[in-house]
Amino acid sequence: MSQVDATAPLGASSGGSPKPVKWASVIGEAFKKLSPRVQSKNPVMFVVYLGSIVTTLLWVQALSGKGEASGAFIFAVAISLWFTVLFANAAEALAEGRGKAQADALRATRQRVVARMLKEPRRDSESWPQPSDELDVGAYLLVEAGEIIPTDGEVIEGAASVDESAITGESAPVIREAGGDFCSVTGGTRVLSDWIVIRVTAKPGEAFLDRMIAMVEGAKRGKTPNEIALTILLVALTLIFLLVCATLLPFSLFSTVLNGSGSVVTITVLIALLVCLIPTTIGALLSAIGIAGMSRMIKANVLATSGRAIEAAGDVDVLLLDKTGTITLGNREAAKFHPAPRMDERTLADAAQLASLADETPEGRSIVVLAKNTFNIRGRELHGAETIAFSAHTRMSGINLDGRQIRKGAASAIRAHVEAMGGVFPQEITKIVEDVARRGSTPLVVSDDIHVLGVVELKDIIKGGIKERFAELRGMGIKTVMITGDNHLTAAAIAAEAGVDDYLAEATPEDKLQLIRKYQAEGRLVAMTGDGTNDAPALAQADVALAMNSGTQAAKEAGNMVDLDSNPTKLLRVVEVGKQMIMTRGSLTTFSVANDLAKYFAIIPAAFVATYPPLAVLNVMGLHSPASAILSAVIFNALIIVALIPLALRGVQYRAEPAARLLGRNLLIYGLGGIIAPFIGIKLIDILLTPFF
Amino acid sequence: MEHDLTQFALILAIMAGLVFVLGKWMTHLFVSPAHNIIERGTYRLLGVDPAEKMSWKRYGMVLLLSNAAMMLLGYLLLRVQQYIPGDALERASQSPHLAFNTAASFITNTNWQSYSGETSLSNFSQMAVITFLMTVSAATGVAAAGGFIRGLSRKSAADIGNYWVDFTRVIFRLLLPICFVLALVYVWQGIPQTLNAEAIANTLEGARQQLIVGPVASLETIKHIGTNGGGFFAMNSAHPFENPTPLTNTLHILSMLLIPSALTYTFGSMIARRRQGWAFFAAFLVMFLGFLALVYSAERAGNPMFASAGVDQAQTQLQAGGNMEGKELRFGIAQTSLFVTTTTAATTGSVDAMHSSLTPLGGLVPIAEMMLNNVFGGDGVGLINLVTYAILTVFLVGMMIGRTPEFLGKKVEAREMKFVMLAVLAHPFSILGFTALACLTPSTLASLANMGPHGFSEVLYAYTSGTANNGSAFAGLNANTPFFNTTIGLAMLIGRYLTLLPMLAVAGVMAAKTTVPEGPGTLSTSTPLFTGLLVFVVIIVGGLTFLPALALGPIVEHLLMLSGTTF
Repeated sequence: MSQVDATAPLGASSGGSPKPVKWASVIGEAFKKLSPRVQSKNPVMFVVYLGSIVTTLLWVQALSGKGEASGAFIFAVAISLWFTVLFANAAEALAEGRGKAQADALRATRQRVVARMLKEPRRDSESWPQPSDELDVGAYLLVEAGEIIPTDGEVIEGAASVDESAITGESAPVIREAGGDFCSVTGGTRVLSDWIVIRVTAKPGEAFLDRMIAMVEGAKRGKTPNEIALTILLVALTLIFLLVCATLLPFSLFSTVLNGSGSVVTITVLIALLVCLIPTTIGALLSAIGIAGMSRMIKANVLATSGRAIEAAGDVDVLLLDKTGTITLGNREAAKFHPAPRMDERTLADAAQLASLADETPEGRSIVVLAKNTFNIRGRELHGAETIAFSAHTRMSGINLDGRQIRKGAASAIRAHVEAMGGVFPQEITKIVEDVARRGSTPLVVSDDIHVLGVVELKDIIKGGIKERFAELRGMGIKTVMITGDNHLTAAAIAAEAGVDDYLAEATPEDKLQLIRKYQAEGRLVAMTGDGTNDAPALAQADVALAMNSGTQAAKEAGNMVDLDSNPTKLLRVVEVGKQMIMTRGSLTTFSVANDLAKYFAIIPAAFVATYPPLAVLNVMGLHSPASAILSAVIFNALIIVALIPLALRGVQYRAEPAARLLGRNLLIYGLGGIIAPFIGIKLIDILLTPFF
Repeated sequence: MEHDLTQFALILAIMAGLVFVLGKWMTHLFVSPAHNIIERGTYRLLGVDPAEKMSWKRYGMVLLLSNAAMMLLGYLLLRVQQYIPGDALERASQSPHLAFNTAASFITNTNWQSYSGETSLSNFSQMAVITFLMTVSAATGVAAAGGFIRGLSRKSAADIGNYWVDFTRVIFRLLLPICFVLALVYVWQGIPQTLNAEAIANTLEGARQQLIVGPVASLETIKHIGTNGGGFFAMNSAHPFENPTPLTNTLHILSMLLIPSALTYTFGSMIARRRQGWAFFAAFLVMFLGFLALVYSAERAGNPMFASAGVDQAQTQLQAGGNMEGKELRFGIAQTSLFVTTTTAATTGSVDAMHSSLTPLGGLVPIAEMMLNNVFGGDGVGLINLVTYAILTVFLVGMMIGRTPEFLGKKVEAREMKFVMLAVLAHPFSILGFTALACLTPSTLASLANMGPHGFSEVLYAYTSGTANNGSAFAGLNANTPFFNTTIGLAMLIGRYLTLLPMLAVAGVMAAKTTVPEGPGTLSTSTPLFTGLLVFVVIIVGGLTFLPALALGPIVEHLLMLSGTTF
């Protein structure tokens, strides 16, 4: 069952099916984004935008008969440039559109309700109605069955089952109660039964749902550090090419003087060359890539508080994984009976089964199953039996039947129990207990009155496929560390079986924090998951901190991501999304720069062949005429943006591989491909243009 | 031809051997904690504290101000030359724009010469201005490389060392000892070293010939060891007094490559990643061999128009063959090609042949090497320039592995990128910007000796040479005009300090970072693949930037030559 978690393919996580794209609104948005205020935010595309305006003006001038080139040619260049800008706008609009649809769905959940405010934090306190958007932090509210919880809060009295499907998509109700790790409630969810008194923890407009909507809409999306650094590179490349094209005019002028013949290169051609050379492909798609990365996170039901966190996920070197729920299934299973010396194994199984019949925990049920499977001991009616439930105080459970006191529990608890009745806890049992623990299992000692019958071995069940997953991570250079409260022996055994690189046994929250600091001091980036309030300091310290939605408010505040499914294995997926986003950026940057080579071969001979005819040999593609060559390059430059939008939104294919292999593959596809593709594309467009120019 | 190739292989093998020796010595020079007695005396004399830990800002500021002071000193001495007694030939002072150009040229390790050495400088000026500035400018470059490497090698550190210590040690422990020994060899080979200004010879025809002499051997050593390139005579290393024999020619070539190549070893050593040093050495060598092959084959093939006219251009026992225009018979095609490649690779700028007379493709080599500016490159700065491109490469391709880019385990973020891109931008801005300015200036045409693309190449070459701090001239361009002296002077200053200072900043910012341990998930920058990528990025970025300009110069000239037109 949970095997699915560990080996789930990309994008298979829960989340709504993609809604059909509303093309009309995308086109509308693309035109709306033509405003200079929007354009000036993207320096690379702003240059194209200015180029479009200038060429349009040159076309107008040409219409009056005083143009520097034929009106049709200038018009064709101007139109191609406008389309380049529009395509870039459309890419961004498309990426944002996906987020908007998700945001609308969420907004439908966020209803303005009237809260019942309490004077005192008691159910029977004086109360009055208050609109949900006027609730201050610290206010007390009463929510009863059938009502919607008005805003985020912490349960301080009562317990209730709550339907959180609006947020998590999970239809099974969850219990929320005062105290402990299940006290936090989210605005927009519904109380199904009973009542709770909550204390408001979020300011109006800053509740979880509000933040989620803002995030999804991309309203708060600031540029991430890597995006800023990349933008600097793109701006610098743009400046270089601006310089190259601007100086070509005097060079060309000077050359015609020196040569005594020829014509000076036109402004239109220089603008065309400039737009072709500057990294428009990545410049146009950069923001779409970032938004799409955020979208992919949300599709995986993970809500990141910033794009920065997603980016950091790609850089993570160390994963701190909680044993329970991530590496092992939550439950342990009885694996073997170890009878005491001179004791029959069947007697042990029989007693263990009796002690477990009334035990509804998964461990208890697994003992009954094991007894049935090995000795065919069936369930029995227990007349007049008194069942002793497990308590944290005694740390044993069992049954009193026909005067026998049958108990099962931790070794120390049973020892105390037996010795209290005057019995002796045999040395051999201590040895068995240690052996079992060394194997990473949990020993459960069974006693019948003063006799210790033996030990039941409870094994942790490692999730299927997780070992292979860790091996992949190791190949990628990511270290996995298992965090567990178990003792060293148990932890070491499970760590070996699951294939993690290291473990932290008997972990306290302080240990966790220390471990994170230690790794960070080595220069590593650490990711972890957590849900309890005591996880908060470690979550705050970690570079990528995935809090469980089922966890406490403190944990959610401290983390920089929240997993709505509360599935710790999701951390692996988070790393993938982060890596994929950076890979997509890098691949398209490389592709964009590699494209320039072919464009030079198209435009340089076309621009200067009038002055120096021998330069025609550089026209390696055999393009029809200077006009068709320049237009082909500009049109290719615009169309490649459209062609790459799906890639930008989907992300380049991700594989768990060592860096060298990833680099080799992507270099081949986007580097070499980026050099070759435009030669073919420009030639094809030129063939189509031949009749016209 | 086999002899030529053997010769290349032998010289490059000796260079590679010297990389070990000198690389180790420079590492020791930069990391050793002890100061010797001469150095301690110097610190006391200058009143500096050798224990001071300098941030990159302080390090860069000290570098800049000390350079400014020395440049000013050089300028003043050149301006008052005629008032300084002792010159038998009573040579005049330089004009203000020429003195500015000369001082800027020698403090920036460029050695562009708008003046003619014989007629314009006294022996005092040759020693106190030229040889002095040659030494300190080389020391500045090597010291900067030391501080730069030190910055990259550190983690969570606030300083990159002490500039005074690096500078002083480079002079006392590196430059002076090598130059002293080399000068003796040069004197043995026949290079003059005297305080006399002239020697008079009576020729067979009875004519009285004045031969200018002076302290040439000492200047000649630092000229090449310091990748300076400014000649004592106008003919530079083609002059028999500067470069009398094939052996001195070979020693010149090895001297130029000595420090730039050995710094790769020092780099690997200081950052404790030896392979990284070799990876950079390989990148240098690959580019160098490519350019050498191009110029050698172009010069060896000669001019196709001669071939069609029935002229024998083949290399035989009796003739050098190929294009010998502007070359010295005692060096021939092979040694000249190697010298051309070396002098512009290591941005020295001395010439043993006239670059203007190279075939168009042969002439493309020096100009292209200066445009890239990191094929070995000048003392210290060549390595720094290559690292600039290595960081750029890491950024361009590094993201494809799904991590934010890292170089030497340090994350490359916005701040470093800003400085790196500033350094990358300064170079083409100066070259293309000033060339464009010259194209628009009416007086430029008057300075040109040739028309057509060759004329354009002359202008482009001048600013490329100035910005790259190379100093070689294409000849044919009369650059001793107020316009050219001023703009080329500015190009030299921009090319030097606007690439050096941003990279010191990068070192300073990197020094403050922690280091991510290397692993299978990180991009290794010491593999052959990365070396290949680095070379590719250098050529593609350089190519994309300068191809249009080259297309209007050497490339079209080559194509025109094929169709029967020369300039």
